[in-house]
Amino acid sequence: MKKTTKIVFIVLSLLTIGVATAFSVRNYDVSESEYLAIETPKKDSVASVKAFRQVYKVLMHPRCMNCHPKGDIPLQGNDSHLHAMSPKRGKDGKGVYAMKCMNCHQPENTPGDRTPPGNPDWHLPPADMKMVFEGRSAHDLAKQLVDRKQNGNKDYKALVAHADDGLVKAGWNMGKNRPAPPLTHAEFKKAWITWLENGAYAPPR
Amino acid sequence: MITLNINGKAHDLDIDPEMPLLWAIRDSVGLTGTKYGCGVAQCGACVVHLDGEAVRSCVTKVNRAAGKQVVTIEGLAQNNEHPVQQAWAEIDVPQCGYCHSGQIMSAAVLLRENPNPSDTDIDNAMSGNICRCGTYLRIRKAIHKAAEIQAKGS
Repeated sequence: MKKTTKIVFIVLSLLTIGVATAFSVRNYDVSESEYLAIETPKKDSVASVKAFRQVYKVLMHPRCMNCHPKGDIPLQGNDSHLHAMSPKRGKDGKGVYAMKCMNCHQPENTPGDRTPPGNPDWHLPPADMKMVFEGRSAHDLAKQLVDRKQNGNKDYKALVAHADDGLVKAGWNMGKNRPAPPLTHAEFKKAWITWLENGAYAPPR
Repeated sequence: MITLNINGKAHDLDIDPEMPLLWAIRDSVGLTGTKYGCGVAQCGACVVHLDGEAVRSCVTKVNRAAGKQVVTIEGLAQNNEHPVQQAWAEIDVPQCGYCHSGQIMSAAVLLRENPNPSDTDIDNAMSGNICRCGTYLRIRKAIHKAAEIQAKGS
């Protein structure tokens, strides 16, 4: 290879790498002031985003998303249709009047087909903190989850602890004909913590 | 042995703690005003009050009711004089009547929490009580009437 050809090749290679890096940096939104609302131990956007891809699959699964609707009626079933009987969220997320969640949902799963799944703490997010999952992109949901104005004022420690919340864990035990999310709870917790501890970066738009 | 307080009276019952409250009320205690409809909390025919909340007794186990106050349609008011019962009679709401003890128990919770409900409030409160005869318009009218009766009586 001639010297000039070599130089041209090297310059072009560097340009390609530079452009690719620039795009990847832009896509990963590294500007902290823009979205990073919590303090985290490390900063590794690649590891963080990779982990959130796994987390997102769980959060958008019907067992999780059905109680994080964009409207005030919960979703129901493996196809996430609007809940039969149209129960309403209410101010505290626990329903209204004669239509409170725990009037049907017992502290435990009710045996049988098409019976209400249960948990002692069954509820939707409250009206002033709706924590919507339905319809959110991975980018938007990641940002929302670490925004203390939208996540119930949870800091890093509280977010990590939330993986072991009783109602979160109930998503893996909702009774007959209700498949669990695509990761085990242990895998989800590991991915959740990996995402958070590496900076809670949002995937590209 | 489980003790259930139903309509202000304690009942010592030798029953399975996993038994649905509905069967304890109907078969063990003999109060048959509360009806079995679907058995899976879908229709509202079995609604009773558990510490004031309109629970579906077909899926509520008796062990959840132990130590709490259960009120059935028979114990809602003396002489069936609850404002909702009075309005139901005045408007002549029921057709076949099967779902109406559940309807009345749900409406009573609505009026306790919201003494002057709008049509939307009524729909939100009553959407879990199904009526195969389709008496929904009379139910709504009667709840407005019950609100008036309740306001006069207070």
